[in-house]
This record gives sequence, structure tokens and C-alpha cells, in this order.
Amino acid sequence: MAKKQLVETTINGEPVEFLCEPRQSLLESLRDILGLTGSKEGCLTGDCGACTVLVDDRPVCSCLMLGVEARGKKITTVEGLAEGTKLHPLQQKFLEDASLQCGICTPGFLMSAKSLLDRNPNPTEAEIRYALAGNLCRCTGYDKIVRAVMDAAKVIQAR
Amino acid sequence: MHEFSYEAPTTVDQAVKLLSADGDSARIICGGTDLLIQMRNAVRKPRLLVDVKAIPEMRQISFDPKTGLKLGAAVPCIEIHENQTMRKYYPGLTEAAHLIGSLQIQSRASIGGNLCNSSPAADTSPALLALGAVAKIAGPNGTREVPVEKFFTGPGQNVLQKGEIVVQILIAAPAPHSADRYIRMIPRNEMDIAIVGAGACVTLDGDKVTAARIGLGAVAPTPILAPKAAEYLIGKKLDEKTAERAGELAREAASPIDDMRGTAEYRRHVVGVLTRRALLGAAERARQN
Repeated sequence: MAKKQLVETTINGEPVEFLCEPRQSLLESLRDILGLTGSKEGCLTGDCGACTVLVDDRPVCSCLMLGVEARGKKITTVEGLAEGTKLHPLQQKFLEDASLQCGICTPGFLMSAKSLLDRNPNPTEAEIRYALAGNLCRCTGYDKIVRAVMDAAKVIQAR
Repeated sequence: MHEFSYEAPTTVDQAVKLLSADGDSARIICGGTDLLIQMRNAVRKPRLLVDVKAIPEMRQISFDPKTGLKLGAAVPCIEIHENQTMRKYYPGLTEAAHLIGSLQIQSRASIGGNLCNSSPAADTSPALLALGAVAKIAGPNGTREVPVEKFFTGPGQNVLQKGEIVVQILIAAPAPHSADRYIRMIPRNEMDIAIVGAGACVTLDGDKVTAARIGLGAVAPTPILAPKAAEYLIGKKLDEKTAERAGELAREAASPIDDMRGTAEYRRHVVGVLTRRALLGAAERARQN
């Protein structure tokens, strides 16, 4: 077995150390080693976006990144969105607007949407659709997701 | 995935040594957006991955109005798109970088990786060809510079020898009244592989074209230049009519195949259309420079 490597990183604001084999993806490291199962495994080819996490505030498919590459990075997963029991406006609006059914794609959509709103707090519908183009959903038809992101943007701006 | 080891050197020399020592079974990882899929499908089975993203000169964009651009081969596409210098001086290359996959992919994928993966349909390659870009390569025998038009040797193949790394992409500073443009056609609105990609760079003196380069993707075994189309434009006014004629000449440079994205006949037609549009788009930008 290839030697495990120590990875020191920051996940959801907390310093974290874990041991992984080089062949383990960031997604496997999060789910199987660290027990952060919010990020979902979909296609494993970077097409569906279900595994999207933020790495140094940029959206990345965690299935296409190795766990060892997380060394020294700042990782944000869906588990880092809520503050305690208080949901992030995106999470709240996804619930209110019924923007999910089966829920597998939702963590990825939330992270892509967070990355967009962090950079552009007042996006147009077209900008939202471009920013979410790397996330696939088989249930909603996307409209309710786009609406939730627009509604969450309003909440964030009103703060 | 199979077992392998992983190193992340911080200098080009260390990376070259690691790659040279492990023979043919070492591979560079940059964004990994092609490589990790190939490894998962057992298409490639490297014993060692050498991550080049911790090498400072491979992660920097430096521009000097006299000496031009040194673009780190490992700079992620999204950083290129967000870089004001890149947008201002190389808008065509910048738009090509912003067309590769989703934002998730652009956060990891690099122009160096796009180049070295050497897909005939790589979006940034026609843009690099149009700009006359040069790959600065480091290897066990020192460094060498290879113009992008001499870099590709076949689908997925290039001139890189054992232990060699593309460190930077070098591009001259744009001449006054010059600009570039890249356009591609895909089967859907976003996130697909080009049926045809066309990059153009033109320099104007008043109405007249004084220099032009046209790069084409997805219509030959490698990304190619269309030199006859570019030469035709020299000394002429670039308008709908001359752009149309240049498009016809570009068609002659193409040798496309039929595949699931389009037929050879269709691709040849689209070469003409995209070449015309890319030329007119580049000229419009050039007039403002």
C-alpha cells in the first residue's frame, strides 16, 4: 500500500489534520476519513457538480482533486454553511422555494451559489444560470433553484 | 484508482529531477481535470504524480509592455479570466480560457494543461496559435522554447520528452491597433467540446491589415494555423467580404473527421463561418486599441 500522507488543512474554519493515500480524492477524504458526508458522489468525472466544495473560496469538484492537494488550503463544505442552527439564506430559500426534491445535487448547488454570491451579491438571472452550469439536477428543472438564489441574494443584500 | 505516490516540489529543477528519475511512469498533475478521469478509467497508470502548482513561476501572470507576457502554465483558467491585464491585452485567449468546462473545472484547469493534454479540440490552443505563443519548456538538458504551432505532433501527442515540463507560455506584447478573438461552436449552449474553434489575431494600420494569424481547433489531428487565409488579408481592408474570403481559404486548411459532434462537411462549413466572425471580432477590438 502506498504510504499515507499527513494533510494539514482548514475545513469550515477549523484546522484539520488527516491521513490519506495519494489515490484518495478530496471527496473520499471528506466523506470516508473525516465523516463529512454532505458532499455527494455523482459522476466522478467533473460533469455533475454534486461533489462541489470551495477550495480557497473557489468552487471545485472534490472528485477531481486529491486529498493530498488540500494541504494548506481553505476548504468549505456544505457543513460549513449554517451558523450553528441558523441556516444560511441560501439553505433557507432552497427550503422555502422548494428548490429540491431528492436532494443529492443540493449540497453542490448550495456551494456553487455561495461562491457566486460571495463574489457578486446582486447577480442577474443569466449570471446565476452561468454560475450553476456545472451543477446538474434531475428533479427540479432548475427554475426553483435559480429563484432561490435570487431570493437569497435579496436577503443577503438587506442585511 | 491504482496506487501511486505524490510529490509537490517547489522548484522547476526539483520537478524535472522527479519526472526524469521515474522514467515513463511519472506524470505531471496540474488541474487533474483530464488526468484523474484517465487514471480512474485505468487509461493511464502513473506510479508518481508530480504536482506543479507549488512552483511560483508556474502560478504567476507577469506582463511587461515591452517584453510581453509570461503566463505560468499552471495558472487556473478562472484566474486568467479575472485578471485585468489578460482581459485588456489578450481578450481572445482570456475568453477561450473562460469557455473550458464549468467554473468548477476552470478553478482547476490551466492553459498549460490544456496545451500538454494536446487535444485537437482544446479551446485555448487556437487562441495561442493566433497570438504566436511560445511554450517555455524546462527539462533535464536545460530549457528550450517551442512555438505552439510546432508543439503538437498528433492527437494527444506533443514534442515533450521525458522529464520535460511546460513552465510558461510566452506571448509578445500586442502591437498597437491589434487584438485577438476566440469563438467556438458546440452542440449545446455551454459546457461541451468544440465542433470547431477559431482564434484570430489582427493588426491594423488605419483600415488595412498589416498582420494576421488564424488558429483552428477540432478540424485536424492537431490544432492548426490557417496561413493562406491570414496572408490573403495582408494589405486589405478587413470587412464582411474579405473576412468571408479568408473564411473560404481557412476551410481549405481544415481536414476534419465525422464524429458524434458533427460531420466533416458541416465542420468545414463552420470553419468558414467562425473564421469570418473571429476576424471581424478581432478587427473591431483592434480599432479600439
